[in-house]
Amino acid sequence: MEFALISLLNGVTYGLLLFMLSSGLTLIFSMMGILNFAHASFYMLGAYFAYQISAKIGFWPALLISPVLVGILGAVIERYGIRKAHRYGHVAELLFTFGLAFLAIEVVQLVWGKAAVDYRIPASLSGTWFTLFSSSFPVYKGFMMAVSVGMLVGLYALLTFTRIGLIVQAALSRPDMVQALGHDVPRIFTLVFGGGSALAAIAGVIGGNAFVTEPAMADALGPIVFVVVVVGGLGSLAGAFIASLLIGILQTFMVGTNYSLVDFARSVGIQLHSAPALARLSLTQLAAIMPYMLMVAILIFRPRGIMGARET
Amino acid sequence: MKPPPPLLTARRLLMWGGYLALILLAPLLSRSGYWLSLLSQVAIMTVFALSFNMLLGQTGLLSFGHAVYYGLGAMITMHALIAVNQHVVPIPVTLLPLVGGLGGLVFGVLLGYVTTRRAGTTFAMISLGIGEMVAASSLMFPAFSGGEGGLSSNRVIGKGWFGITYGPQIQIYYLIALWGFACVVAMYALAHTPLGRIANAVRDNPERAEFIGYNPQVVRFLMVVLAGFFAGVAGGLTALNYEIVTSESLHAYTSGLVIMMAFVGGVGYFFGPILGALLITVLQMAVSSLTAAWLFYFGLLFLVVVLYAPGGVASVVVEHRRLWHAGVLGRLAPAYLLAALPVLLVGAGVVAVVETVYRLMKEDSARLRVLGFTLDASRGLFWVAVVAAIALGMLLLRKVARTVSDERHRAYATLRQERT
Repeated sequence: MEFALISLLNGVTYGLLLFMLSSGLTLIFSMMGILNFAHASFYMLGAYFAYQISAKIGFWPALLISPVLVGILGAVIERYGIRKAHRYGHVAELLFTFGLAFLAIEVVQLVWGKAAVDYRIPASLSGTWFTLFSSSFPVYKGFMMAVSVGMLVGLYALLTFTRIGLIVQAALSRPDMVQALGHDVPRIFTLVFGGGSALAAIAGVIGGNAFVTEPAMADALGPIVFVVVVVGGLGSLAGAFIASLLIGILQTFMVGTNYSLVDFARSVGIQLHSAPALARLSLTQLAAIMPYMLMVAILIFRPRGIMGARET
Repeated sequence: MKPPPPLLTARRLLMWGGYLALILLAPLLSRSGYWLSLLSQVAIMTVFALSFNMLLGQTGLLSFGHAVYYGLGAMITMHALIAVNQHVVPIPVTLLPLVGGLGGLVFGVLLGYVTTRRAGTTFAMISLGIGEMVAASSLMFPAFSGGEGGLSSNRVIGKGWFGITYGPQIQIYYLIALWGFACVVAMYALAHTPLGRIANAVRDNPERAEFIGYNPQVVRFLMVVLAGFFAGVAGGLTALNYEIVTSESLHAYTSGLVIMMAFVGGVGYFFGPILGALLITVLQMAVSSLTAAWLFYFGLLFLVVVLYAPGGVASVVVEHRRLWHAGVLGRLAPAYLLAALPVLLVGAGVVAVVETVYRLMKEDSARLRVLGFTLDASRGLFWVAVVAAIALGMLLLRKVARTVSDERHRAYATLRQERT
């Protein structure tokens, strides 16, 4: 019971963080058809910027300044890089963002070094929030949840109740029509790209100190965010939300469960002594590849993903 | 209907003969071990990059997980080599790359079934996921992948025939070169078979390929399987060359490297990836010994190619050869010379920034001595100078770019006039 509740809370925290990344990615994808390989790089840059800023003026200004900086960077990259690559087609766009992701890691390594930097949780947010049975739940996890949920509500409100949100939604499905009505669609693209990058950066600011801030962090999370987008259904925000929580919770539970096929056989009364390596793998070990196995299963049995409207 | 041109023309025979002579005679240029290992690496990467281009260039499938077949092929070859060493199976070392190829083929069948259900952007995403899955799984089965330390064995078995033991690097080079040549010829021939042609049709317009009775999914699947075979052969050659295989060979980094090779070389032409493999491998060996920031320059080179020369080196070469034949290349020379100055200015500025920043972060002394000058990143004046140089270069480049493109349009106009 205790394990289940704590794992659920941790899983939801992780899932919400995944959603902060995947929401930007899926918005950018469904609007521009660009699969942004550099999306996790913006997450990484957000964390590194926050580290640098919080070392100088503190964590709270960093929470604001870092996403703004990364958002501007994203908008500039869209305006002067991606728009140029767009003329040569989708493959060129994809390769451009792939090159960016490659370059981002090198830049981070050049400037901040190959080892992890000491980006810590601020003193005002450290400590235990509450204790469940005997496990403690840190304040910072609660803060992460609050920021994620706040962002979620904000994004929803922005997309449904504001004028710019309605234009973005219209441009999602009928960009030509929106253009014909006199809106500057390329500028909306730049805006969405910058906004998505800023969202990824917020995830970096609050995730970088909860986990580790190192050059490998983009490569560690990037593929999982792609999986979330595929599993949720390309271009579906609701699908991305469900998939994020699903993967977050599943992975957290699996990491905490040391249970293998051999154990299962024992529990039903069969003793396996010379079991193959496959049967001896525990769920903990399988947690790393679970998202990809889920993706393969989804592709075979439900190719459009959980909530996807179309098969692309 | 015009009959298709014969596959074997005198010109093609001459070209292939020249290529064969080049790879056979290249080791004679220098007896140094460095030169031989460079040649071996180029030969392996040529096969790998060409197998990648069977997907991207010929079938229009951008794979972000092509290293899976290469790495698994290498591991399977290594297991075969270990088995041969333990006298479990009698396979001559000469034929071991074939084992790697078959391994790549089998995994191509298994994984290709999942990946080729989609084309386009989705294929790219899925290939990335599958690549990550295989890379993560490989560490779960240390008996197969060798775990952190990797697998190693000895390629010298017994006395060999006529003194060929594959002990000396020159012997293994010839093994790699001949296997490589056979693979290149096979891939070239494959591109001209009906399957290769239909793959091109599926790349350009899958719906119309379907109208004339071909299932695009089956065509994509076959191409993935065959590309897996050739990537597996390349992996097998690597295993024999280095006698060690680590799980890094199937990681995303290796997949990225092959994308860079194929794209920088040019995916639109058959020989493009060969140029790319040569260029990137030479750069890798040369630049990495000069600066620790060599991967940064790689990324930059790749982005410049994507934005300004999306056809790669091959298309630049082909275009200028056409102008040369028309006799109008000379007219472009002044414009190119004019463009060289701002390009050098921007390049020097970027290199100065990267190198000094790197030193500042690494050694706390931002001084860099170049040609008698001392660059110091801790001084404001340095930054003013560098930023000014880059800005000036960019500005000039914008101006010059217009002149160059005007000149090129004029050159092409005369080219068209001469034709008509």
